[in-house]
Amino acid sequence: MLGRTANDLYWMARYMERAENIARLLEVGYRLTLLPQDSGNSEWRATLRSAGCEAGYLARHARIETAEVVNYLLLDKDNASSVLSCLATARRNARAQRTAITRDMWESLNSAFLDFPAHATACIAGGELPQLLDWIRDRSALFRGAMLNTILRNDTFYFTQLGTFLERADNTARILDVKYYVLLPENELAGGGVDTTQLSAILRSVSAHRSFRWVYRDAFKPWHIADFLILNHEMPRSLRSCYVELVNSLAGLAASYGAMPPCAATAEEILRRLQGGDMKRILQSGLHDFLADFIAGNNRLASEIAGAYHFNG
Amino acid sequence: MRGFGKGRRVREPYRGVASWLEGHTGEALHRKSRQAESMFRRTGITFAVYGAQEASERLIPFDIVPRIISAAEWRKLAAGIEQRVRALNAFMYDIYHRQEILRAGRVPVDLVIQNAAFVPEMMGAEPPRGIYSHIMGIDIVRTGENEFSVLEDNTRTPSGVSYMLENRETMMHMLPDLFRANRVAPVERYPEDLRATLESVAPSNLDREPTIVVLTPGLHNSAYFEHSFLADRMGVELVEGQDLVVTGGQLMMKTTQGLKQVDVVYRRIDDDFLDPLVFNRDSMLGVPGIFDLYRAGRVTIVNAPGTGIADDKSIYSYVPDIIEFYTGRPPILQNVHTYNCRKPDELAYVLEHMAELVVKETHGSGGYGMLVGPASTKAQVEEFRAKVSANPNGYIAQPTLALSTCPTLGDDGLSPRHVDLRPFVLLGDRMRLTPGGLTRVALRKGSLVVNSSQGGGTKDTWVLEE
Repeated sequence: MLGRTANDLYWMARYMERAENIARLLEVGYRLTLLPQDSGNSEWRATLRSAGCEAGYLARHARIETAEVVNYLLLDKDNASSVLSCLATARRNARAQRTAITRDMWESLNSAFLDFPAHATACIAGGELPQLLDWIRDRSALFRGAMLNTILRNDTFYFTQLGTFLERADNTARILDVKYYVLLPENELAGGGVDTTQLSAILRSVSAHRSFRWVYRDAFKPWHIADFLILNHEMPRSLRSCYVELVNSLAGLAASYGAMPPCAATAEEILRRLQGGDMKRILQSGLHDFLADFIAGNNRLASEIAGAYHFNG
Repeated sequence: MRGFGKGRRVREPYRGVASWLEGHTGEALHRKSRQAESMFRRTGITFAVYGAQEASERLIPFDIVPRIISAAEWRKLAAGIEQRVRALNAFMYDIYHRQEILRAGRVPVDLVIQNAAFVPEMMGAEPPRGIYSHIMGIDIVRTGENEFSVLEDNTRTPSGVSYMLENRETMMHMLPDLFRANRVAPVERYPEDLRATLESVAPSNLDREPTIVVLTPGLHNSAYFEHSFLADRMGVELVEGQDLVVTGGQLMMKTTQGLKQVDVVYRRIDDDFLDPLVFNRDSMLGVPGIFDLYRAGRVTIVNAPGTGIADDKSIYSYVPDIIEFYTGRPPILQNVHTYNCRKPDELAYVLEHMAELVVKETHGSGGYGMLVGPASTKAQVEEFRAKVSANPNGYIAQPTLALSTCPTLGDDGLSPRHVDLRPFVLLGDRMRLTPGGLTRVALRKGSLVVNSSQGGGTKDTWVLEE
């Protein structure tokens, strides 16, 4: 496979995953702003920060307004992380690699791209934002389903998986980092009572507010939520689960190419730390520092992979 | 819906389709037509339009009424095409070696030597099996019952084969009844045939299966869909110039596992851009050093550089002579009668009858640089008359009545539209010819220009089996 092909497959998957994550973040932000205790626009600010779009937004808009935020995250062409831009970039990468992806994958991606602008405009005008966000998630699921059901289990599959799970790990870590203050034990000790709305919002953003109950029988405890999203091996969007997938994909590549580059060891090392991690200790030594370290390590792994597999020739 | 001939006799091969069409309302046919369009859009069968920003990916309109050729007609066509492509390849071998045909005075020397498409760097090169143009499209028009003429040869990088394959795919998906009722020769072997052809011309000293790539100028090229389509169907890499490098006397591609040797390059970029060390120095699309490797027999370039000399419009009028010269037999397929403006008496005729003729620049392509006399204004005709007078060697002319028509679905039902036919020929260890080809149709009433860049569409093309 060409290095350029691997690069395009990887970014195609990253941008499809990012489109879905932006929709998830918006869903939570929107929900929280509907609640009576929302103190104005702090939720939207947190949403923008999680999406990595705060600075970009504020450079364009003086105030944080619901309509502006929704438009910026969904339809703004100048925002590289808007759903529209993500779909366009994913499609551009896919189109450059039509030979590498299956017809089912291409069709699901291409029709999402073609249908999105008109559908989004109509939904927003009709006050149907939640339906639109569902639609985006459906399309992302359709794409992943098409991929899992049709793609050959060779390097094409592995590079696509790497893109998906590096992006997902980054996203889960960002959501936690933006909300880490509600996850700190002091929050409860300080006596104010846990803000369960915030906790449930974090879970909703990863489609886990119900599955959480099956894993942790008691009420929302902040450290349980952190544990669920960081260390739990059953939760498919947890950092640990993402790293299980990354390690497996790198092992698959190593097996099919007959060579084990250093990035495989890097991923295994991060996974080992997550497997042996203890939530209490992480919280004691600082959740924010832990997450910042993780995000940096995740980025380092991404560039090691790009180097090892000649993404840039 | 009726519309076949309006009382005229329906030609035999069309009987089955005519009765099928009569069983459907116009509305039903239009619905099918819209379904076809959405299928094309979903699969991404688009072509890029230069200079049209907002609609930079367009669909080529597809007409659901097939164009049908009988088995007997096809046998004759196939024999004529084989004769022609073998003669054209013999011509290219000769031109780049001893130039017997020029010595014999059958083709004017200056027409070849001073032609922009003649590549002197190819003199004495020995392509595998002596083949220059492995992949060709011969544009054909029907001029009467069981009578076909060649309108144009395409020996450089003919495109359109992906439309032939996708048109069939779409038709079989949407109108399975039609295929049950008619025995239509399949076209789906083309990618396999293409691969076999490319393998058969790999450098001869290989002790392994040759590595083949398709070389594209990139995503923004108008035929990019086709490049990726063909690479995909053959199961080979689609590469750009930046993915290839010449090192250690070999052509290598940059893969996820480092460099890998390449043996056969099906290139879809023009000669000029192939190698900046030899041709256009500013080319970013090609691969520096690839031409030297080619001459040394280390890699095969398909089609070979310099094949434009065989499809130049000024050479076209000599093709019947070329066929006789190399095969010793008269041509099976005739040319469309062509006035060669370099000959004074023919020039005089062209200047006098310009409003009745199709006048073409010898170096033009894609339907640009031509005048369709009857469809043009007086001012346009005058403008062309001045151009032709100033540079007669740069023009040829043909009568306009050459294109036959085929029933085509429009807003007011079925009506006749002009069509041509481009069969796709492969030449390697043997000739491989896909039954049918691409039918292009001029969708505007009365129009004779079938090029997609000029409002043309396509049809599925059937060769009926006996």
